[in-house]
Amino acid sequence: MKQIRLVLIISLFFALVSGLNAGNFRQSFAAVEAQVSTKPSDMKPYTETVPGNRVKFDMVAIPGGTFQLGSPASETGRGADEGQQVEVKIQPFWMGAMEVTWDEYDVFAFSQDIPKKPTPEPQPTASDAVTRPTPPYADESFGYGKGRQPAISITHHAAMEYCRWLTEKTGKLYRLPTEAEWEYACRAGSKTAYAFGDDAKKLAEYGWFADNSEGAPHPVGKKKANPWGLYDMHGNVAEWCLDAYAKDFYSTLKAGVVEPVLVPTERRYPNVVRGGSWDDDADKLRSAARQYSKKEWSKRDPQRPQSIWWHTDALTIGFRIVHPLDEQEILKGLKSKVTRQSPD
Amino acid sequence: MENSNDKNPSRRDFLKTSAVAIGATVATNLINNAAYAAGSDEIRIGLIGCGGRGTGAVDNAFNAAQGVKLVAMGDAFKDRIESCKAELGKKNADKINVPNDRMFVGFDAYEKVINTKEVNYIILATPPGFRPTHLKAAVAAGKNIFTEKPVAVDGPGIRSVLETYEQAKAKGLAIAAGTQRRHQTGYLETMKLIHDGAIGEIVAARCYWNQGGLWKKDRQPGWSDMEWQLRNWLYFTWLSGDHIVEQHVHNIDVVNWAMQAHPVSATGMGGRQSRTSPDYGHIFDHFAIDYEYENGMHLMSMCRQVVGADGNVSEALVGTKGKCQVNRYQITGANPWRMERKQGDDPDPYVKEHTDLIASIRTAKPINELKNVAESTLSAIMGRMSAYTGKVVTWEKALNSQESLVPAKLDWGPIAVPAIAIPGQTVLS
Repeated sequence: MKQIRLVLIISLFFALVSGLNAGNFRQSFAAVEAQVSTKPSDMKPYTETVPGNRVKFDMVAIPGGTFQLGSPASETGRGADEGQQVEVKIQPFWMGAMEVTWDEYDVFAFSQDIPKKPTPEPQPTASDAVTRPTPPYADESFGYGKGRQPAISITHHAAMEYCRWLTEKTGKLYRLPTEAEWEYACRAGSKTAYAFGDDAKKLAEYGWFADNSEGAPHPVGKKKANPWGLYDMHGNVAEWCLDAYAKDFYSTLKAGVVEPVLVPTERRYPNVVRGGSWDDDADKLRSAARQYSKKEWSKRDPQRPQSIWWHTDALTIGFRIVHPLDEQEILKGLKSKVTRQSPD
Repeated sequence: MENSNDKNPSRRDFLKTSAVAIGATVATNLINNAAYAAGSDEIRIGLIGCGGRGTGAVDNAFNAAQGVKLVAMGDAFKDRIESCKAELGKKNADKINVPNDRMFVGFDAYEKVINTKEVNYIILATPPGFRPTHLKAAVAAGKNIFTEKPVAVDGPGIRSVLETYEQAKAKGLAIAAGTQRRHQTGYLETMKLIHDGAIGEIVAARCYWNQGGLWKKDRQPGWSDMEWQLRNWLYFTWLSGDHIVEQHVHNIDVVNWAMQAHPVSATGMGGRQSRTSPDYGHIFDHFAIDYEYENGMHLMSMCRQVVGADGNVSEALVGTKGKCQVNRYQITGANPWRMERKQGDDPDPYVKEHTDLIASIRTAKPINELKNVAESTLSAIMGRMSAYTGKVVTWEKALNSQESLVPAKLDWGPIAVPAIAIPGQTVLS
C-alpha cells in the first residue's frame, strides 16, 4: 500500500508539472496501479514510462527458481573463473527486455526530464538527490549513433546512478542485475553453453559478435529473443552486473545459496560484465562467460581525477536493468559508493 | 607553402626513440649524452596550470619514464594547486617535491615556475590564451617543454609562437605538443601507409568534432569578472579560441599531418543557436568550414557542441586509389588494410607523448612539434575568423591579423564580455 501511495504521489506530481490533462492522468495512474504486484503469480510483463518524458521500455517477468551458476568443466571455451558450478536460488524479478538505449539514458544524463524554464511548482527534491553525469569531453556515442543503439562507454557508477534516478522517477525499485540473476535470466532454463544450445554456428541468429557485427554495436532487439523474451543477452554490448568481480567467487558459495551477490565497494574496478559484445568471439558470449572492468577502460581520459561517469575505451560495454519483486536485505538502500576520490 | 612536416621525426624515428626510452629508464650511461640537465638525467617538472588536464599531464609524465619528479607548481588559483597536489599525491607522493615556496599563485606564477632553477621540464596546461607568453618565457629560460594544444588564440599569438619555435630549435630544446594522435599507434601506422601512397594522392578530406555540451561553473558570489571567465575559460575566445580552436584542432591537425601541409584559405559559417545564455560567454556552438589547400584539395570540417545532436569525432581521407577512415585505422580501395587491434593493447597516447619527449631529451635528439601545432592552431583560428566575419580568410590574412584577443593587462578587475560575432557585420582587423 505504501508503494502504491508513493507511486500515486509521484504520478500526481509529474502529471501536474508536465501539464497533462485530467484524462491522460487517470489513464497513466491506472497503468501504474496494474503494475504493482505482490505475488509471483501476479507478475506480468509491463511497459515502463519515464514521467515527464516520452521514453518507454518493456520489462519481462522472470519467475523465481533454482539453477547451476557457472559452467561444467567440459564446456568448450570455459574460463577458470566459471567454476566450480554451484546451485543457486533466485527470487522473482523483472528484467529489461532489451539493453538500455541512448534514448533512455540521455533523459538521465542530460537532464531532459528537468523543464528548461522554471515552473511555478517546486522541483522534486528526490530526483535532485541523484547526481548526474558531467558532460563528456568527447562524443559519448563514439560515432555509432544514438536513439535505439545501446548506451555504451558508461561506467558502473553511472549505470547504478541511472537506476537510482529511475527508481525515484517511477517509484519502483530498479537496479543492475546481480551476476547470478543475469546468468539465470540468460540461461532461461537451459544448461547449454548458450540459451539455444551448444552450437555456436547458430549464434548469429541470436546475437551480434565479431563474426557478424561488422565492427559496431547494433540497435537493440534486432535478433531472436531467448526463451524468456530477453533480447541481446548474447552479444551486442556486454552488460554491467551489480557485483564486484572476484575470480574465485563461486568457491565461496554454498549449494542452495539464495541470491548470491558480491556487493560493489568504493573501488572503481573490477566489476562484472556479462554476455560478451559485438567485438568478442563466440566463446565470450556463452551464458557462463565472465568478464570484468579494468582501469584501461578510461585510458584515454586525459583529466585527473578521471571521470567517474564515462569510459573512453569501453565501446563494447552497456547494461540492462531489473526490478526485483522483493529486494533482498543486503541490497536494500544500496547506492554506488564511488566518488571522485575513489581508488582504482 | 613551406612543408611543415618534413622536419618532423619519421615514424621510424619515433619507434626508435620509444625503444630507447624503454632502455633509458634504466640506462644511466645515456646521461652523458643529455645536454640539458647539468649533469643529471632527472626530469624535474614545473607545472603551469593545475586543472584536470595539468594534473593528468603530470600523471602521464610520471608513467612515461623513470626518474621523473614534480618540483614546482603555478596557477591563477590556490585551490587548483592544492587539489592537483592532493590528486597526484594519492599514487605518487614519492615523486612530488614541491615545498610551499615552490607553489606559485597568480598571473605571474608562470614566470616563477619557469625561473625555478630545479625545473628542467615545463608542462603548459593553462587555458590556451596564455600559451604564447608562457612558451616564449620557457624557451628564453632554456627549458624543455610539454605544451598542451592549442598554442594560441589569435594571429599575434601564432606569430609569437613561430618565433619561439625558431629560438627553441636554435637552442636545441625539446618541445612536444598535446596533439596526442601523433603518438597513437593506430594513427602512426595508418599515416605511414598514407604517406607511402596507399590511397594515392589525397583529393578530398573530412573531419569532425561533433558532440554535446561541456561543463560550466555557475558564478559564485564574490567572483570577479576575471575569476568567472577563467573558471569558465571554454566560453571566452581570448582564453579558448572558441571550440573550433580549443577542441577541433585535433582533427584538423590529423588532416594537415596527412597532407604534410596546412590549408591556404577558409570559407566558414557557424553560429550560436542552442547555447544562448550569457553563462556560455560569447562563443559559437557550431562551425562548418571549407578549407582549401595549396594543391586544390578541399577539407570539409565540422564541429558542434550541441546537446542532443548526433556525435562524430573522426577524420576521413579520399584518395585517387582508395579511402581512409583514419580514426578507425582502416583503408579501402586498391590497398585495403585494417590495423589488427586487440582491446587495450594500444599504449596510452597521453603517456607516449611524454615517453617520446623524455627519450628525445635523454638521447640529445630533441623533438620539436611546436611548428606543426602552431600551424594546426592557425588553421582552426582561420576557420573561426571566416565563420565570425562571413568572409573568405586566407592563411596570410589570419597569420598577419592585428586582432589581439588577450587583454594587455591581466588583473582581477572587471572585464567585459565581447559582443557575439555576427557574420557580415563583424570585421577582422
